[in-house]
Amino acid sequence: MSTKMQNTIRLTLSYIVIAIACIIILYPVAWIVGSSFNPGDSLSGSSIIPENATLQHYKDLFNTAESDYLLWYWNTLKICIITMVIAVAMISCMAYAFSRYRFVGRKNGLMTFLILQMIPNFAALIAIYVLAYITGFLDTHFALILVYAGGLLPMNTWLAKGYLDTIPKELDESARIDGAGHFRIFWQIILPLAKPILAVVALFSFITPFTDFILAQIILRSEEKFTLAVGLYRMISDQFGNEFTTFAAGSVLIAIPISILFLSLQRYFISGLTAGGTKG
Amino acid sequence: MEANGSQTKHRKIALALSLIPGLGQFYNKQLLKGLMFFILTISFAVAFADLINIGLWGIVTLGEKLPRDHSIFLLTQGIIAVLVIAIGLLIYFLNLRDAYLNGRNRDLGIPLNSVREQYRNVSEQGFPYLMLAPGFFLLIFVVIFPILFVILLSFTNYDLYHSPPANLVDWIGIQNYIDIFSMDIWRNTFLDVFSWTIVWTFVATTGQIAIGIFLAVLMNQKDLKFKGIIRTIFILPWAVPAFVSILVFAGMFNETFGAINNDILAAFGVDSIPWLTDPFWTKVALILIQFWLGFPFIFAMVTGVLQSIPNELYEAATVDGASIWQKFRAITLPMILFAIAPILITQYTFNFNNFNVIYLFNGGGPAVSGQTAGSTDILISWIYKLTFTSAQYGKAAAITMILSVIVIAVALWQFRRTKSFQEEDMM
Repeated sequence: MSTKMQNTIRLTLSYIVIAIACIIILYPVAWIVGSSFNPGDSLSGSSIIPENATLQHYKDLFNTAESDYLLWYWNTLKICIITMVIAVAMISCMAYAFSRYRFVGRKNGLMTFLILQMIPNFAALIAIYVLAYITGFLDTHFALILVYAGGLLPMNTWLAKGYLDTIPKELDESARIDGAGHFRIFWQIILPLAKPILAVVALFSFITPFTDFILAQIILRSEEKFTLAVGLYRMISDQFGNEFTTFAAGSVLIAIPISILFLSLQRYFISGLTAGGTKG
Repeated sequence: MEANGSQTKHRKIALALSLIPGLGQFYNKQLLKGLMFFILTISFAVAFADLINIGLWGIVTLGEKLPRDHSIFLLTQGIIAVLVIAIGLLIYFLNLRDAYLNGRNRDLGIPLNSVREQYRNVSEQGFPYLMLAPGFFLLIFVVIFPILFVILLSFTNYDLYHSPPANLVDWIGIQNYIDIFSMDIWRNTFLDVFSWTIVWTFVATTGQIAIGIFLAVLMNQKDLKFKGIIRTIFILPWAVPAFVSILVFAGMFNETFGAINNDILAAFGVDSIPWLTDPFWTKVALILIQFWLGFPFIFAMVTGVLQSIPNELYEAATVDGASIWQKFRAITLPMILFAIAPILITQYTFNFNNFNVIYLFNGGGPAVSGQTAGSTDILISWIYKLTFTSAQYGKAAAITMILSVIVIAVALWQFRRTKSFQEEDMM
């Protein structure tokens, strides 16, 4: 049967392409995991499956006397969570106002947001640096959190507003007739219904600071204040190769939890990105 | 209507009187409101007089005497003064508008609101503003303020030699822009960086899109097994934080210990390639890395689109004797492009500003002698270097402006076609 032949050839070719793609994707992963178990500091003479595998590099990272790694982890989590809380609170309020009220300046406000979301906020890096410097906020987590939260507002407000627009207005109106005030309608009716989009916004607000490098690099100066991105970069840029195995262990410890978090919440990401039309 | 507009002139009188805030409201017999406008104006003027005075002087002169004046502080104060004035003008405008509208109501014989109604109005209409206030406040300070600052900075000579507190900064008009396009050293660097930015954006983005679409279509074949696990593997590069992957690649491409030269190429008997020291090979490596980093996102999006294409289309095409390739060209590709076009454009603007991959992989290097930019620097990483390595703030700001104009132009063109822009309540 020629169609059967054709099918077999097509499937075989597909599996070959898929296998090649999987190797290309997984090779760096295997290499870095292998490196992290590799004894010694450098990689010369190492192989993907090290002969005398060691957990030493992981222990080094957890040794707070010698490594700031745990501190960086803590800093990053702290910054991400505070940013997330601030951003979600502000975004839900703003989205509610834009979605449910018609007020003077609404149209201009929405336009401003639309334009602001087009320029990544690190484009103004000179200004952020100089302003943080002259206000004395350079090298503080406070400044970083404010910049992250501010940068998240325009795009995510649009995202959340779009979702709130789909919640029927009759719900608010009947609540209003029952005597509920503005804030109560927001808190007890809209917010519970908006949970799916708030989850998406929260996820973005957590991941964006986590994966950001440039803003943290601009604002943070002292080693004990670093986030993971900046710390990991310094770890290999200062003395490239000399600490590579420790760096590898550090990478693995970041990649595993974040990948699991990401893969399990993947559909939220995709729904949010399809609605927002931007990559976080 | 017993009194129409032509017989009484309350609106004009009220408008004219409220040139002094409050008087128009007094004339309309809304004493409390008038008093509030009046007090607000007075206290505004008193509270901000100094700030506005110094700020405006500072933003015009950028300081005259050392060491008393710090140009950048003055510039900052100047921007704040301008913002405060803008708020003041807004209140003033509201005052005029209120007097005029109430005057007109009187002309038309419509009764004015009582104090109680006014209070209810304010609390009713004020609620959205209350909800917006915290966010807008933050936005003004961390987003709008920096943008204004960059715009102004691009018209100054702020650099290493004109740097407070030792020196003053001066306005130099559009000299920075002229320099970038006319001084040889700047123009050559700019053209090099700009052309590589464009090449990088197009090749890296188009490639990641093509790979993503190809793999998604491949995985959409019905008789394929292990789909779930393969899809998870394909999405993995997106799940790992990009800065981690890029730094790992920087290690893999390292010429002394990296796996690419030592393990992979050696296994095929190919000589070592100077990935980090030769501009051409660095560019190749960067583009390959971006393929790896960028395709899963497209893959995930396209997979979603493919699942929504009705099967009848393909069945009809099969009946008509279409080949696999024809089906792809005529059905699949148009459907995909239609559904994710806006996302594809943001992919281009994202890579246009993809600082992380350029900077973390090789710091924009290898260096080019006599230039402030490395051979793989894109505009955004060049701006970074100008700011932090050579302290060319003025020039960096001017280049930021050029970059922003490009990004906004592309984005506006894109958003004109998307839903959110055409919403009924936007226009």
